[in-house]
Amino acid sequence: MTGAEAAQVVLRLDRITKRFDALTANDAVSLDLRRGEVVALLGENGAGKTTLMNILFGQYTADEGRVEVMGRDLPPGNSRAALQAGVGMVHQHFTLADNMTVLENVTLGTEPLWRWRSDQSVARARLADLVRDFRLTVDPDARVGSLTVGERQRVEILKALYREARILILDEPTAVLTPQETVDLFATLRKAVAMGLSIMFISHKLHEVMDISDRIVVLRHGRVVAEMATADTDRHALAAAMVGSEISAPRVAPGNPGAALLRLSDVSTPDRGNAPGLKRVMLALRAGQITGLAGVSGNGQAALADLIGGLCVPESGRLDLDGQTRDRWSPRVAVEHGIARIPEDRHKTGTIADFTLTENAVLESYHKPPMSRNGWMNWGQAEAETQAIIRGYDVRCPGPDTRIRLLSGGNMQKLILGRVLEAAPRIILANQPVRGLDIGAVNYVHEQLLKARDRGAAVLLISEDLDEIMALSDVIHVMSQGRLSPEFARGSMTPTDLGVWMAGHGFDEGLAHAS
Amino acid sequence: MDLFDILLSASFWAAAIRIASPLIFATLGELICERAGVLNLGIEGIMVAGAFAGWMAVYSGAGLWTGVAVAMAVGMLFGLVHSLLTVPFGLSQHVVGLGVTLLATSSTYYAYRLALPEVTSPPKIAAFKPWEIPLLSDIPLIGPALFSQTPLTYLAFVLVGVVSVVLYRTPLGLALRAAGENPAAVAAQGLSVTGLRMGAVIVGSGLMAVGGAFLTMSAFDSFFFEMVNGRGWICIALVVFGAWKPGKALLGAVLFAAFDAAQIRVQQTSLGADIPYQIFLMTPYVLSILALIAMSRRAEVPAALMVPFNKGER
Repeated sequence: MTGAEAAQVVLRLDRITKRFDALTANDAVSLDLRRGEVVALLGENGAGKTTLMNILFGQYTADEGRVEVMGRDLPPGNSRAALQAGVGMVHQHFTLADNMTVLENVTLGTEPLWRWRSDQSVARARLADLVRDFRLTVDPDARVGSLTVGERQRVEILKALYREARILILDEPTAVLTPQETVDLFATLRKAVAMGLSIMFISHKLHEVMDISDRIVVLRHGRVVAEMATADTDRHALAAAMVGSEISAPRVAPGNPGAALLRLSDVSTPDRGNAPGLKRVMLALRAGQITGLAGVSGNGQAALADLIGGLCVPESGRLDLDGQTRDRWSPRVAVEHGIARIPEDRHKTGTIADFTLTENAVLESYHKPPMSRNGWMNWGQAEAETQAIIRGYDVRCPGPDTRIRLLSGGNMQKLILGRVLEAAPRIILANQPVRGLDIGAVNYVHEQLLKARDRGAAVLLISEDLDEIMALSDVIHVMSQGRLSPEFARGSMTPTDLGVWMAGHGFDEGLAHAS
Repeated sequence: MDLFDILLSASFWAAAIRIASPLIFATLGELICERAGVLNLGIEGIMVAGAFAGWMAVYSGAGLWTGVAVAMAVGMLFGLVHSLLTVPFGLSQHVVGLGVTLLATSSTYYAYRLALPEVTSPPKIAAFKPWEIPLLSDIPLIGPALFSQTPLTYLAFVLVGVVSVVLYRTPLGLALRAAGENPAAVAAQGLSVTGLRMGAVIVGSGLMAVGGAFLTMSAFDSFFFEMVNGRGWICIALVVFGAWKPGKALLGAVLFAAFDAAQIRVQQTSLGADIPYQIFLMTPYVLSILALIAMSRRAEVPAALMVPFNKGER
């Protein structure tokens, strides 16, 4: 590529500002993207990355500033204009219709509406070419709803390529991918760049950004705080720029284990569709100890979390709480006995999107004093409690009356954490507590879990991230196909050892002497 | 005459197809609306308005096809009201739908009283006559049932094919279905969800009105109160029964109509002398509910049905 070509700016954002009520999501953001270049847009959750891209793509209209594509002004608030200018976007939450086929999703909106025929055979051939050129294998006739998340992402990329996009914008593309799928995605992106496309890669994962990008723009609180060539920087400098100070991971001292608060003996639960139930599980959660549960997702973790949270009951086996066998078991009973849950999916089961922060903060305590008395809510008390959580857990928001959907994932999680920990729980069920959070928020959540442990709580940490499990847990179990490995002491296993168990080996011998 | 004789009589099948025709129009109309993501509970009232408008136009001297066009236009007008409130304003589709039904029904009755203040029995018009299709109408059983009907019935069957082709074979149909599955996907392609949904509701409402007009211009030759008699609500169920597919919905409409035609005939047998006639009136509805349970268990509901879409909302 010649120097002149390389320098060609294909996309320019000029002093973009966007406010949502009291929240300024973007504050005079300017950046350039050149031909054949990968620019990473890096920032914490809530730094304004997604908002900025939605403005570019016409989903939102900027309050100030302008967008230029290939040297031409882009009319604001017009998705069609961005598409026609050659900008393709792969959203974090896919914009696909689940009940329709891949081919239908790809061709949607590419032909003039008022035609008697849709040229399916031509479309099919073009799609096949793209699938081959970019190695984005996917069956054109499959229903999108039946595809894996990785395949759906390929469909989104194919959609953009089918429209002859010259600029690809990917919003947190790896958040939903397995490590292998991430490698494949990066290979595809490198191919695209080699063909002269330009890529804007939005992420908060430092190593991925270092891996794929040529240049990095760091966004914090809606402003550009740093811009650098990837070759001239390292992960520490980036992390510091992202959160505004050097961040340090919490130091983990070993816990001080006490009595078993919750004990599962030989517990089984029925399978649910493709997800295995529990198979004769033996588990003890001890006070003052973090129990890590490693395993590939979909191996029975959900069943275990539901069982401990009271959402399902053992089919066989015994559940003892404080040394007493429980026959009556429901979420309400679990909460009454001091079991607190940080749910896996904060959007679906952790919060109610259109409720305010206050309403969300009292979801587990509204039915008893001091939040309510004789069937009447005490909103004053609820709001005071929420204010305390907002201050104590650094929830960044305009105020307790804000609808929670306006918060970023990290701030939502901090509110849930506050709700859980303020109730001084004895047992904490933390299911993927840091999924999708930036480093600042991750460290914060970890610190709080360690504090709760040191206070004497029993913590069950379920995570797909082996590093997280190994860093925090006092003891570790591995789950595979609904079976639970024996308890391993911290430091007694290498990641490779755990990997063997995760792949399902070792269980037959292991079951006999599980704790 | 027992049930077996009834099922083998040409008059029974001819009646079933005739009874099914208004249901087919209205069910197609509802199906178009719901495929785009809008539940149109205005259907019952729009059918009443269509029945009156078509009949009144012909009574005032217009031709029969002009009458159909007038009915369609009136239906589209109510569709415009419905879609304005439910699509750009995003109001509750239940409340708006019931409101449109009440508005359309009562304004129709009002218009009727204004137009004919002094009549006791409503005047008759010269309704559509059956068109005997040469050769085909001579086939035993099938001939009288399918090929000796009025032109509006033929139109209903043709429309099932047209709607199928548009929904599944054209870019417009793809965009329309996508608007009912994931409007964000449509908006992300730069298409107007508002335009698609409003268009679907307006055209769909027009078809519902033609279904109503069938009653006054093809089945009977006069207009009277309560003549739609819940047919609109049946069509809502038929859309579900048909799993939001035109062909299956047609099947459902004919099935329901066959139950209805059968119960009238069974009432006249010796069985009918012993059993209260209300039981017979009930049977098509009971059987429809049973069929609905059997058929719709695995149906794919449009994922964004009844979900208003607001661009730029977080």
